[in-house]
Amino acid sequence: MRSVLDPAGPQAAHIAALWWWMFWIFSTVFVLVIAALLVGIFRARARDDAVMTSPSVALQPTRERRIGWTVAACVGLTIVVLIIFLAANVITGHRLALLAADNAVTIQLTGYRWWWKVRYPDPVPARQVTTANEIHIPIGRPVLINTDSQDVIHSFWVPSLHGKRDLVPGNPSAIWIQADRPGRFEGQCAEFCGLQHAHMRLLVIAESEENYQAWLEAQRQAARAPSDPLAQRGLHVFETGPCALCHSVRGTEASGQVAPDLTHFASRATIAAGTLPNSPGHLAAWIVDPQHIKPGNAMPSNSLSPEDLQALLAYLGGLK
Amino acid sequence: MIWQAQAPLQNSCNRKHTRVGAALAFLLALAFTGCEREQRRFSEIAPLSGRPQPQANTELRPGMPGAPGAGAQSKTTVPAPYGENGWAISEGKRLYTWFNCIGCHANGGGGMGPPLMDDKWIYGSDPESIHATILQGRPNGMPAFGGKLADQQVWQLVAYVRALGGFARKDLRPGRNDDMAVRSSEQAMKSRTAESAGSALPEREQPR
Amino acid sequence: MSHDHDAEKNKDTVLSEAELRVRLEQIWKSPDGFTGWFKNVFHKPISERMIITSFVFFALAGLLALLMRVQLAVPENTFLSPDLYNQFFTVHGSTMMFLFAVPVMQAVGLYFVPLMIGTRNLAFPRLNAFGYYMFLIGGLLLWVGLALNIGADTGWTSYVPLAGPEHSPGKRVDFWAQMITFTEIASLVAAVEIIVTTFKLRAPGMSLNRMPIFVWAMLVQSFMVIFAMPSVMLASGFLAMDRLVDTHFFNQAEGGDPLLWQHLFWFFGHPEVYIIFIPATGMVSALVQSFARRPIVGYTAVVLSLIATGFLGFGLWVHHMFAVGLPQLGQSFFTAASMLIAIPSGVQIFCWIATLWSGRVIVRTPLLFVAGFIAIFVLGGLTGVMQASVPFNLQVHDTFFVVAHFHYVLIGGAVFPLIGALYYWFPKITGRMMSERLGGWNFWTFFIGFNLTFFPLHQLGLAGMPRRVYTYLPETGWGSLNFIATVGAAILGIAVLMFLINVTISWRRGALAGANPWHADTLEWSVPSPAPVYNYLYLPTVNSRTPLWTKAEDQPIVKGLRADILEVLVTNLLDAMPDHRHLLDGTSYWPFLTAVAVGIGIITAIFTPWGVVIGSVLAFICLAGWFWPHGEPVPDSSREAGPPVQEAA
Repeated sequence: MRSVLDPAGPQAAHIAALWWWMFWIFSTVFVLVIAALLVGIFRARARDDAVMTSPSVALQPTRERRIGWTVAACVGLTIVVLIIFLAANVITGHRLALLAADNAVTIQLTGYRWWWKVRYPDPVPARQVTTANEIHIPIGRPVLINTDSQDVIHSFWVPSLHGKRDLVPGNPSAIWIQADRPGRFEGQCAEFCGLQHAHMRLLVIAESEENYQAWLEAQRQAARAPSDPLAQRGLHVFETGPCALCHSVRGTEASGQVAPDLTHFASRATIAAGTLPNSPGHLAAWIVDPQHIKPGNAMPSNSLSPEDLQALLAYLGGLK
Repeated sequence: MIWQAQAPLQNSCNRKHTRVGAALAFLLALAFTGCEREQRRFSEIAPLSGRPQPQANTELRPGMPGAPGAGAQSKTTVPAPYGENGWAISEGKRLYTWFNCIGCHANGGGGMGPPLMDDKWIYGSDPESIHATILQGRPNGMPAFGGKLADQQVWQLVAYVRALGGFARKDLRPGRNDDMAVRSSEQAMKSRTAESAGSALPEREQPR
Repeated sequence: MSHDHDAEKNKDTVLSEAELRVRLEQIWKSPDGFTGWFKNVFHKPISERMIITSFVFFALAGLLALLMRVQLAVPENTFLSPDLYNQFFTVHGSTMMFLFAVPVMQAVGLYFVPLMIGTRNLAFPRLNAFGYYMFLIGGLLLWVGLALNIGADTGWTSYVPLAGPEHSPGKRVDFWAQMITFTEIASLVAAVEIIVTTFKLRAPGMSLNRMPIFVWAMLVQSFMVIFAMPSVMLASGFLAMDRLVDTHFFNQAEGGDPLLWQHLFWFFGHPEVYIIFIPATGMVSALVQSFARRPIVGYTAVVLSLIATGFLGFGLWVHHMFAVGLPQLGQSFFTAASMLIAIPSGVQIFCWIATLWSGRVIVRTPLLFVAGFIAIFVLGGLTGVMQASVPFNLQVHDTFFVVAHFHYVLIGGAVFPLIGALYYWFPKITGRMMSERLGGWNFWTFFIGFNLTFFPLHQLGLAGMPRRVYTYLPETGWGSLNFIATVGAAILGIAVLMFLINVTISWRRGALAGANPWHADTLEWSVPSPAPVYNYLYLPTVNSRTPLWTKAEDQPIVKGLRADILEVLVTNLLDAMPDHRHLLDGTSYWPFLTAVAVGIGIITAIFTPWGVVIGSVLAFICLAGWFWPHGEPVPDSSREAGPPVQEAA
């Protein structure tokens, strides 16, 4: 899997192009230097040990001058290569800066230990979307991601789309991305943030404009009240148990703010910040013993009766 | 390349190797000790804390010094308090903010709820009493969290509350928050009221 | 005056060579016994201790690395818990950078600079001992912490707010921060020693432009240390204060800034890697000169490159911070500087290759390591220049690509020359040759194991694997490259073991080496092997850059030093004309006691601010003892150096 070298958007494409320029030029430099080293050693290699005891090589001024000019020429070539590289760098930076920024989608991304809070702001508060660990974007449109952190420094990085941006608490920043083809692009936190840094992943799903708008509209709705008794029992367990203390589901009484929003939990592809696929078996394991899967994360182990657990799974599975 | 038979080893060489070996053995021995303060126990088996049982708290009324062990009803298999564990106290501090203890108790100074930094404990300052208080709620507004928190989380809160009350050693106390200038030394201030001079509970350790 | 009479009786002008040998042996030798170990102030034994201690830390940190690679060999491995893994990579990085790389380079310098410039000890003998004890205590602090589960766990860069009081409970980070204090004091001590010794104690005739390049490298490195270390001491001091006494240096909510930590740390951190690399280039110059049987091509160019690297190294630090969103114009400056520094490095590499090409090359183990160094370091340097570009940097920052890069430049650029230099100088230290056969195996195992371990990491970084992760998901597909890297790490471990075995066996049973087994050109090869405790029977003089190759028949030696006190010859800075004789300090317990006193203060400061007061009081007492005047003052008139006497060697 070659994510940086498998670009899906203009930013990553320019960077990948720069990489290939550098790779070929620098590989050539490397091969030449090593060749010079090996040829030099082999050519000048003494055939017998007597050389060790004989006097050192006598220096001839003309030869020394010639050697000096050769070294100077190599240094000059190095400078030329560096200038070429600098030019390529400037061109890439220029291209990145000139990318379109109109008709952009704006997303607010906040880093927590060890999950991502995703918010689609809207002038009308009722139309704001809050979700977690999964970003949907339309293809072909620039996306502005405003970054911030609630605790320590994290880093947003989706290699197929762009380089990374650190989420520094108190230093809000922003990064532009754009996907030019539909797909599911994985990212991972790239700044060490503690015990579960390794499991702080996120998904960027790029889809057509229609699908994106449909998704956004669905996310805006509050959670549907469950119709079957098992799911209703699950809702009861959710609201009266420990879940509601940390998680929120819009449309119910659960409004905890310190853990991911679960209003449309079943519409997400993964759980636990990209660690597990969103299936009932994995979900059950996660709910009962999250510490086994992500030791040290903030969700405590919960021991529920089997009926309660099944009810909860049914309820959560209905939160599409 | 010829290996030459060697005259007796130089003393300094021998001594060096012995010292290095001793140092390594010492380190290895140390590895078997632990430091309780730094243990991070992520998943104690933590069943849901029991739901609050209705029961007559006949012994206790506001204003009376508390008695130890009153009314603890929860099922718990966590080894008793995390009093010696710096990580647990720090987790308790996080949960104290998350579950809005700050709303009534501020950062220990109290407000709607009584202060936790002083040495007046209405319902007991021993870990089991605080545990019961959190689970059962108390008159005049303390909510009952029984059934809503994992038992491990309750014990972490207990450890933090006791740290606020000055029961934690200096090296265990959590550092300041990044968002509010509460000095760690302020989180264990003793009240200087007349009552405090007389109310000495049996198990109370000297702070610091 | 009886004084002058004593002086005249004991000068080396009146004693026979045999008698002189006995007298010098007596006063310059290391004290015996267990307690005598703590009194030693002579540069060779102290340097030996530093080298051995550094290698113990190297082996321990390497063991941690092996364990980490076992954990990463397969996805979702449970060999190490995340908490333990975090402690391991932090202690691995901190040990390698603070407790191995810098100290070992300085130790080799402290051993060979006095020998190479023709003097008998460093300028401040007791200070040197103090520096070693500080290094030892600091290293033990970190490792005892790890053994007690108080190992630092926030990375060797220890970014705040993760390492701050709210998110790192307990004392782990405090142990780390105070380890920094110890090791930085030790580094500063060594730097001061090297600078003063190089400037003041050179043999007559060794003007600045005749100094061996290794000495130049140590000099440049020492100046860099003096400017870089205070930055990290400040940073770690601020961090300790934030955690202990609730200051807000890095607390953005109260007016501080988490980025301040990054600036302070990397202002030290980038020069740090050149502090490690520059002595290695000095070693390479020495090796290339000896094994190509000719003086180095472009001496002036190489020296100027060293100095340029030293300066430029301070202008690069923001390239570690390209991802935090600093203004673009500022970033461009650091991009340019990061590319510019490739030029002096390139100059040196071309000079070395030209030297080999135009000389007569003897292929021995040290030269193999030089060749390995050039191959590996050039690759690492090129990936480094790539990362000078901001857009590309943003893709590979904090990924395994960077891990690959810095291991290439650090292991290739520092460890390979170090091992080669140790093979080269082993005869001078111990009097025996290392096994050439085992050396060849050692080199190839090292080279292959290293590349097998770290080359795949470039690909892993490009494939999206970030740093400092204790595991990864199976569906990422990173498993196979990680497994290869783990196999390579095992081979690398075997190579290190081979080196240690070679050292151990050769120390006892290697072939006896004469004074100059390599027929090299620098002064240290003119004394017997192992070097006598007094280094030179009569201090030498030089008339060229390659003193032993151009020694005149009537090359003068220095006479007139006393054999009953620890006397050395001070010469002037530029031309090394003799100036006066200087009395050095003898053996003393005070360096050890002072280090313990300062250590008590620093370690107590982990738990309470009173530690600073306690440490200050104890240190004051010990320093008073250290500087307490004793003995008779020696009148100045008897210390002047007379005019140089032309005498046959």
